[in-house]
Amino acid sequence: MSTRPMVKSEAVHKSFGRLEVLRGIDLEVQPQEVMCMIGPSGSGKSTFLRCINHLEKIDAGRLSVDGELVGYSERGERLYELPDREVCKKRSEIGMVFQRFNLFPHMTALENVIEAPLRVKGENRDQAVARAGKLLERVGLADKVKAYPNQLSGGQQQRVAIARALAMQPKLMLFDEPTSALDPELVGDVLDVMRGLAKDGMTMIVVTHEMGFAREVGDTLVFMDGGVIVEQGNPRDVLTNPREERTKTFLSKVL
Amino acid sequence: MSAASAPRPEAIKAIPVRHPWRWLAAVAVVGFAAEAIYVVATAPDLRWPVVQHYLFQVRIGLGAVATLELTVVAMVIGIALGILLAVMRISPNPVMSTVSWFYLWFFRGTPVLVQLFFWWNLPLILPTIGAFGWQFETVKYINPFIASILGLGLNEAAYMAEIVRAGIISVDQGQTEAAMALGMRRTQVLQRIVLPQAMRVIIPPTGNETISMLKTSSLAFITQFGELFRVSTEISAFNFRIVELLIVISFWYLLFTSVLTVGQYYVERYFARGSQRELPMTPWQRLRRMLFTFHAPPPQPPVAQRRDDSGQAF
Repeated sequence: MSTRPMVKSEAVHKSFGRLEVLRGIDLEVQPQEVMCMIGPSGSGKSTFLRCINHLEKIDAGRLSVDGELVGYSERGERLYELPDREVCKKRSEIGMVFQRFNLFPHMTALENVIEAPLRVKGENRDQAVARAGKLLERVGLADKVKAYPNQLSGGQQQRVAIARALAMQPKLMLFDEPTSALDPELVGDVLDVMRGLAKDGMTMIVVTHEMGFAREVGDTLVFMDGGVIVEQGNPRDVLTNPREERTKTFLSKVL
Repeated sequence: MSAASAPRPEAIKAIPVRHPWRWLAAVAVVGFAAEAIYVVATAPDLRWPVVQHYLFQVRIGLGAVATLELTVVAMVIGIALGILLAVMRISPNPVMSTVSWFYLWFFRGTPVLVQLFFWWNLPLILPTIGAFGWQFETVKYINPFIASILGLGLNEAAYMAEIVRAGIISVDQGQTEAAMALGMRRTQVLQRIVLPQAMRVIIPPTGNETISMLKTSSLAFITQFGELFRVSTEISAFNFRIVELLIVISFWYLLFTSVLTVGQYYVERYFARGSQRELPMTPWQRLRRMLFTFHAPPPQPPVAQRRDDSGQAF
């Protein structure tokens, strides 16, 4: 079966000023695959995620989602920058969950979830509300529909954030250290939701420090350091038998 | 909480520390203020009956209405144009941000009295403005009211622009990112996500500006617009009771600013949604609570609070 990869990255480079954060990233994520990314902070994991939905522009290389270049269209030999409208449309097909939740504090949980379906997709309100209710139920927050974010715990906020991303019916979900800002006892609920998503066949890229999650749910594990992929493969293999010295050093510190 | 079931010890009863200096300072300040009021109130040449006569006089009333009108219209222009200027200022288009910068530089850099007088005298240099095939006769349209709202409104816009910009900057960058990641357009992000949150920062200084505008509107006397101050000078020009009329209009200015202060409180309360766990009580609620629970025992800690999975009380 020759399926088109959901994400394809070829020699992706990205610099902030003089600092080169990504120095040639090559990887492929297949549909329904769960890829976990680990690595020390500053290794470029988050930047790479942000490149995928064009929150950051790449400087060199090729990056495509679902067979289409991110941020550009290609006609003949030339690249044309996509107009805002197109970029927004493509972003709307990719869900993103942030380390710091970034829920809209002036809106209730429900309003957070229906905002984008209403404004971006122009969905009918009743339909959006009905679906948002189901999504909030799915993440275990059916009784928090009317709560404002600051009335929710970190774990609950993050689950609302996941529901908010899912409301756009994305074909790909990006998780940027979704549990790093949570108290340890709240991590489980969020991981449970993500586990459920993976089981339902969502394509996911998860930047995480949760090695247990990576081992159990991830199909592939990527270890990044210094803007390059040091090692990638089956999570069990990478975690138990790392080939590279740098991977070993990193794992010995976090495990 | 520990499982210890020892009985709660008796509440502490201690002799409070005495503060004689506080009392002394309070007496001194109150005495001084009372003396000052007494001296002014009993000034030999101050005619209180004149104050009383003009306080609710029709001309003064019309002047008060004109002052309010001017304040409202100038603030509406100032806020609308201020938001536009703030958005231009942070726009990725360098021409936009530069134009906005120059606007601020000019209108904040010249006295508002000068600007008012300029608009009033615009027909002197430009009796007609012809542009883009339009012919606009300034002589016909520049009347005292128009000159006043132009002078006050355009000046205010420069200050409001900075207030709005401060509000926009104060909103966490993550909010914009989250909204963009959902596919929202720049204008949508601004309108739906950033501005509503910026409001919390924008409102208090805007209230300040409104109160300030109410008083600055008195400078519109220079355009011969009949607001409170101009009316008072017109009356005192023939009866010479200058101070009495100043007291009269001060009464109205104070009344209006007091009302605005209360209004600001409620607007702030509205925009505090989502930023405070519980809205602050209105003055009325506070008064009622003070009256009815003043002598009541301190509230008992709730016995069985429902706790959510995070251990946070709800």
